[in-house]
Amino acid sequence: MLIRSTDKGFVHPRSSEITPRSAYEGRRELLKLLAGGVAGAALAGWAGREALAGVQGPGKLAALPGAASLVPGANTMEKLTEYKDASSYNNFYEFGTDKGDPVKNAHTLKTRPWTVEVEGLVKKPGKYGIEDLLKLSAQEERIYRLRCVEGWSMVIPWVGYSLAELIKKVEPQGNAKYVEFVTLADPKTMPYVGSRILDWPYTEGLRMDEAMHPLTLLTFGMYGEVLPNQNGAPVRLVVPWKYGFKSAKSIVKIRFVEKEPGTAWNKAAANEYGFYSNVNPNVDHPRWSQATERRIGDGSSLFAKRSKTLMFNGYEAQVGSLYAGMDLKKFY
Amino acid sequence: MNALLLNKAAKPVIFLVALLPFAWLAWGALTNNLGANPAEYLIRSSGDWTLRFICIVLAVTPLRVATKTPALARFRRMLGLFAYFYVCLHLLSYGFFDMGLDLGEISKDIATRPFILVGFSAFVLLTPLAATSFNRAIKALGVKRWQMLHRLVYLIAGLGLLHFFWMRAGKNNFGEPIVYAAIIAVLLGWRVFNALRKARVPAGPVGARAQLSK
Repeated sequence: MLIRSTDKGFVHPRSSEITPRSAYEGRRELLKLLAGGVAGAALAGWAGREALAGVQGPGKLAALPGAASLVPGANTMEKLTEYKDASSYNNFYEFGTDKGDPVKNAHTLKTRPWTVEVEGLVKKPGKYGIEDLLKLSAQEERIYRLRCVEGWSMVIPWVGYSLAELIKKVEPQGNAKYVEFVTLADPKTMPYVGSRILDWPYTEGLRMDEAMHPLTLLTFGMYGEVLPNQNGAPVRLVVPWKYGFKSAKSIVKIRFVEKEPGTAWNKAAANEYGFYSNVNPNVDHPRWSQATERRIGDGSSLFAKRSKTLMFNGYEAQVGSLYAGMDLKKFY
Repeated sequence: MNALLLNKAAKPVIFLVALLPFAWLAWGALTNNLGANPAEYLIRSSGDWTLRFICIVLAVTPLRVATKTPALARFRRMLGLFAYFYVCLHLLSYGFFDMGLDLGEISKDIATRPFILVGFSAFVLLTPLAATSFNRAIKALGVKRWQMLHRLVYLIAGLGLLHFFWMRAGKNNFGEPIVYAAIIAVLLGWRVFNALRKARVPAGPVGARAQLSK
C-alpha cells in the first residue's frame, strides 16, 4: 500500500534536524576518499583532529586556539604540512629573497605594540591595537591549502576569523569597491626593505566581494599558536584560492578605495603577476606551467610525483561564482 | 707550486675535491637534509655548481699565465668535464623531479619557456666539448680545429648566465647572477685584452723580436 507523506521530506519540524552543509560535504569527501582506498590515514587524521579540537602546536610560541570553523571549504582533510617546513620555507622578501632567509632574519620584527589603521571610504575609520583586533571576533581554525605561484604547496591550519567580520564593523561606504592592504616596511628591523627588488611597502589588494568572502581570513596564528614572525606576525591575510603572494603579511593598514589599487608584484612585473592572481592550472605563468604543484612534505616527496593543481586551488565550489563571466586568461 | 701541481697525486686529489659538492648533495638527499623542498634544492644547487665550474675552468688559463704555472693546464679538461657532469645532474634533476621524466612534457617545456630553452642550448653546445676531451680527439681534429671548437665555451658561459638572469628576472633578484656575470666578464675580458695585445705587438720591432723568439 502506498502511504502518502505530507512533507515530501522537505519540511523539517526542527531546524536542528537539518544536516548542516559542511557536515554532508565532509561526509561526501570522506566517501570519495574511501573509494580511493586512503580512508585509513584520513580517518586517523579526522579522529585525531576531532579529539584534540584543534591542531596541537609545537609549543614554541604563545597558544592561540581556534574553534573548528563551520565555513564551507574551511577544513580540508589533507595531511598537514609539518610546522618545521611551514615556518622555515617562506617568501617574505623584507627579510631576504631566499626561502631560508626569513626564519633566520625575522627575529628582529617587533610585533608589540602593533596597530592596524583602517582608513579610506569607511564610516568608522580607526586605529586598532592588536589586542583589540584579536578579540574582535571568535578565533577559528581553518585548514587551508596554500599554493605558491612558484609551483609548490602546503596545507596549513591557520587561526583567525573572516575578514568580513572586521569589514562589517567599520561599515564601508557605497563607493568602496576595493580593499588595499599595506604591510610594514621598517628598514631598521627588515634588512631587505630598501632593496630594489620591490616597491616598498609591500601592498596587496582585493575586490570588495573577495574581501567579504567568508574564506578570506584575517589571520593571527597557525598550528594553534600565534604566527611566527617569518609567517607574517602579528596579523596577516590568507586568501586560499589565490597564489600565496596575495596574502599580505604583517599588515599595518587596511584602506578602502574606489579604484583597483596597485599591488607589489603587479607593479614589479605586470605581465607575470595580475591583480587577481587566482590559482588557475589553465593559465601559465610566462616562465613556467601552473598545471602542477609540488606538495612540501617529508623526504619521500623528493620522489613523489607533482600533483595536479586545482582550479581556484580546490575552492571553486565556494568562490567560482565571484568570477562568473570573467575572462580569467585576461584577468589573471 | 708548479712542482706540487706536477705531482702524480695532484690530479686524483683535484678529482675528489671536484666531487665533494656531488657527495654533499647525495648525502643530503639520502638523509633528507635538503630543506623543505629537496627537489628544488637539488635542481638549483646542481645549476649553481655548473656555473661555478664554468668559472673555474675559464680561470685556468688566466691564472696559468698570470702566475707563470704552466702545470695548471693539466687540469683544464678535467675541470671542464666536471662542468659537464654538474650540468647533466642539473638537467637530470629537472627532468626527473620537475617533469617526472616525461619526455613529451620536457620537450614541450623546452619549446615554451625561453629560459629553459637557453639553458638547454647551453647543455647541447657543451656536449661536443665534453665528447672531445681526450687526447685522441685532439689528434683527430687537429689542435687548431679542436681549439676553435672549444672556444664555444665562451658562448656557453654567456648562455648559462642568461639562463640564470632570466630565471631570477621575475623577482628582480639579480644579486647572485651579477656576481657570476662579473667573474665571467673579468675572465673573458682578460682574453680579449690579451688577444688585442698580441695582435698589436708584431707591428713594432720589439714585437718582431718577440715573434722570433717564440
